[in-house]
Amino acid sequence: MRIVTVRRISQAFFFVLFMWFCVVSSLGTGWMQLRGWPVSWFLELDPLNALGTILTTGTLYSGLVWALATVALTVLLGRFFCGWVCPFGAIHHFVGFAGRRGKGVSAKIAGNRYRSGQSVKYYILFVLLAGASGSLAASAIRAALGGRIGFWILVGAAVAIGVAAAAAAGTAGKARKARGVVLILLGAWVAVAFFFSVDRMIAASLQTGLLDPIPLVYRSVNLFLLPLADSTAQRVFAGQRYYDGAWAIGALFLAAVLLNLIIPRFYCRFVCPLGALFGVLGRYALWRIGRRDGECVQCLVCEAHCEGACEPSGSVRIPECVLCMNCLHDCGHDSIAYRTAPSEAGEVAAPDLTRRGVVVTLASGVVAAPMMRLGGIAARNWNPEVIRPPGALAESEFLTRCIKCGQCMRVCPTNIIHPAGFEAGMEGVWTPILNYRVGTSGCQLNCVACGHICPTAAIRPISLDEKLGRNAYVGAGRIRMGTAFVDRGRCLPWAMDRPCIVCQETCPVSPKAIFVRKVYSTVHGGAFRVKKADALTVELLEADLQPGRLATGDYFVKLPGDTEETLRRISENTRTGVAVGADKPFAPIPPPGTPLELQVRLQLPQIDPERCTGCGVCEHECPVSGRRAIRVTAENESRERNHSLLLRRTSK
Amino acid sequence: MNASDEKGLSRREFFIRAAKAGACIAAAGYLGYRLYDPTGPVGSGRIEPASVVLPDFSIPELRGKMAIATGSDRIKSINAALKPLGGMETFIKKGDRVLIKVNAVIASPASLSATTHPGLLAEVVRLCLQAGASSAIVTDNPINDPESCFALTGIGPAARSAGASVILPREGLFRFGSVPGGALIKDWPLLYAPFEGVNKVIGLAPLKDHHRSGASMTMKNWYGLLGGRRNVFHQDIHNIIKELAMMVRPTLVILDGTTAMMTNGPTGGSLSDLKQTDTMIVSTDQVAADAFGATLLGRTVYDLPFILKAQEAGVGTADYESLDPARVQAG
Repeated sequence: MRIVTVRRISQAFFFVLFMWFCVVSSLGTGWMQLRGWPVSWFLELDPLNALGTILTTGTLYSGLVWALATVALTVLLGRFFCGWVCPFGAIHHFVGFAGRRGKGVSAKIAGNRYRSGQSVKYYILFVLLAGASGSLAASAIRAALGGRIGFWILVGAAVAIGVAAAAAAGTAGKARKARGVVLILLGAWVAVAFFFSVDRMIAASLQTGLLDPIPLVYRSVNLFLLPLADSTAQRVFAGQRYYDGAWAIGALFLAAVLLNLIIPRFYCRFVCPLGALFGVLGRYALWRIGRRDGECVQCLVCEAHCEGACEPSGSVRIPECVLCMNCLHDCGHDSIAYRTAPSEAGEVAAPDLTRRGVVVTLASGVVAAPMMRLGGIAARNWNPEVIRPPGALAESEFLTRCIKCGQCMRVCPTNIIHPAGFEAGMEGVWTPILNYRVGTSGCQLNCVACGHICPTAAIRPISLDEKLGRNAYVGAGRIRMGTAFVDRGRCLPWAMDRPCIVCQETCPVSPKAIFVRKVYSTVHGGAFRVKKADALTVELLEADLQPGRLATGDYFVKLPGDTEETLRRISENTRTGVAVGADKPFAPIPPPGTPLELQVRLQLPQIDPERCTGCGVCEHECPVSGRRAIRVTAENESRERNHSLLLRRTSK
Repeated sequence: MNASDEKGLSRREFFIRAAKAGACIAAAGYLGYRLYDPTGPVGSGRIEPASVVLPDFSIPELRGKMAIATGSDRIKSINAALKPLGGMETFIKKGDRVLIKVNAVIASPASLSATTHPGLLAEVVRLCLQAGASSAIVTDNPINDPESCFALTGIGPAARSAGASVILPREGLFRFGSVPGGALIKDWPLLYAPFEGVNKVIGLAPLKDHHRSGASMTMKNWYGLLGGRRNVFHQDIHNIIKELAMMVRPTLVILDGTTAMMTNGPTGGSLSDLKQTDTMIVSTDQVAADAFGATLLGRTVYDLPFILKAQEAGVGTADYESLDPARVQAG
């Protein structure tokens, strides 16, 4: 079988596997549901997720260890992932192929020529990684201030890594100068640290997920393509799925895909930070694409279908090559090979970068994270509308782990987890926030799906016991996402004397976190005088009531001296009179002229903040369907100690 | 110039071009004429939707039947209660297509008794099929996410394993419906599709406290057939329960008072909300069933105005003793 055919089979296989994972990410045990499918596997294979979270947290979480396999294979083989595995790459590959059909060979060759803009993706990678490395730098500086011996080990390691990275990225053969740059940067950091308290200036922010193709393609398929495709078929979801701001996710996806019609694999060549990382990692690949000696007549046919625009006809650019193997197949003279010996026509082993570019992008990245934090959104200026899923880490830790992949939003059975816009600041774009209006209910009491699908533990995989504060967690209590607040100006019983308490009824915790205060309130224009009365009915002077309006079981007659216990429930009313229940006849019968009030029994909902978990079922069910009369905000959420509402008491 | 232009257009070509232009103008004119709307839109809120009415599923000669069984085993109690009425065969005949309306209100385990007990449901399905029913459908439109509700309460698996099919509410299953003589349920979305092709309806409700109305029993159970933003009906809870009872005329209702939820209703959530009341009520009169159920909760018909309202509307009788209910001890 031809190597190109094998590649196509591989791409098709991984693409189908990826789509299958997206389709089956619904909670349940059916064959088209979650069961035990490793639906986040592609995210775990993605070494940018692993590297990003290592930089921000210093740990490699659970399944992300799969990235080691990708890294090892890339170091040996080059960018195989891009050409053989990546589902987003497969989409680009196919659309690019479709877009250039019918074009002449020379036009195809022109489309695949190397462009200097292809180095932009490396700068994107540097910005993203530098932004994620703030806390690592902080720990180095802290060690320096502590004067510990570990500091010098850290500095040594940092210099070694820096030099290695600079060599690997090979700032165009100016390795000695690059070494100098790295040393100056490190020196500057240490110097700054001696004069200033640096912790405040330093923050780590994981923004790789914005452009990392794997989170991007997960997010786009799960939050945009599937809900769109399923809206009529309804095979995947029980009803229409909604995602707030999904248009922006879809627009980025469509833009990335349609750009293939202008230049094939546009995203892979110019934008993809994961491809850039693979380009750097493949620096010492054992096998490479290259020219054999002799034979080549410079017909350039090898470049007609070159996916990476890596110039196989001349000095092949190793970091750009995605191992599509088309050149191997297209060459009529058998003068291109994938082998250990270097290309006869020479190779460009390093990305095409300038020293200035590297310095500027690294520095911008390091500055960007503290700059974004200046808004105080992860500190005192926190936004109470940002309600995170149950088990989410405290905001600043959360932002060091969330890769915006949207898996939690996909799996949530009630469709309440949504991609944030700017509610959580610049850094929080497309991170999960809860919206209790859109979904089919609130956060289900007995569900912990989001934390178990999260590939980076930005939402911890909590147990039901922990969520509900049972057994080992009795002392810690339930996990609270926020607290419900009654808007007394909008609530039907509070503001308009109408009975309701849907919120109290639907509150799922026991004892209920919503309690009611029972009051009897004289209705608007409800003070009358008796015209005449008998044991069960009373005619009123100057009354003009709506017949039947007071017969709902919620209205009562109050005579002078009546207390709440002695009020009589109205069973029926005419325009001018009311009848009361047979269980409590008038005794004595009120004489004409007696003042009489018509009262409504109201149950006014109030919140017990010790019991409320912020699950939002009340907000979802509130009949004031626009801006709800009971709304959850993140107050008292258990993930942030300083958002607590109540005085903490320790029982002995 | 002009001369050469005129020369370029032959008479034949001129006619062809004129004919095409004329056809375009005619088509535009015709379209304009057909689409012309001199008054503008009426606003979708003012359009009267085509409304459906649920048919009567009761059996006239079996009106006013009631049996009360005591015992802590639901399977034994339901069989014991059905026995004096002649068994399920009295109500379900060969070839009947039965709809069982359960209460799956919230996604909580069966042990908390906020929902229809799955074991009881399985037994009722089994009895229906044994009596010759050709199909049994189980449905409800709960508060929480329907899929989670049916899964976590055990209702979904129990129904399926007993041989019934479960219909989860989806947008396409609702139709606008009305209640003849009703004031509240008018052109309101009803979970109607499951009723299509069905000729027998059984209401299977747990006995629960309900903070707003006082109690949730067989009549309140029909609330789960309403769609839309039904929570507005809480403003007139007793009349909406009355109208629900007018809307559904079931073949049979079963009120499961084996374990009653005494407080924190209708969702409960704690074993301390529950009390063993060891009673199973089977009746063709939902008002009578609820009136008796109220006594188990320690309430009177005057505490629960919807009962007398339903009686007044002619749905049934609150004086359950007048039906001479059969009282049996189960197993």
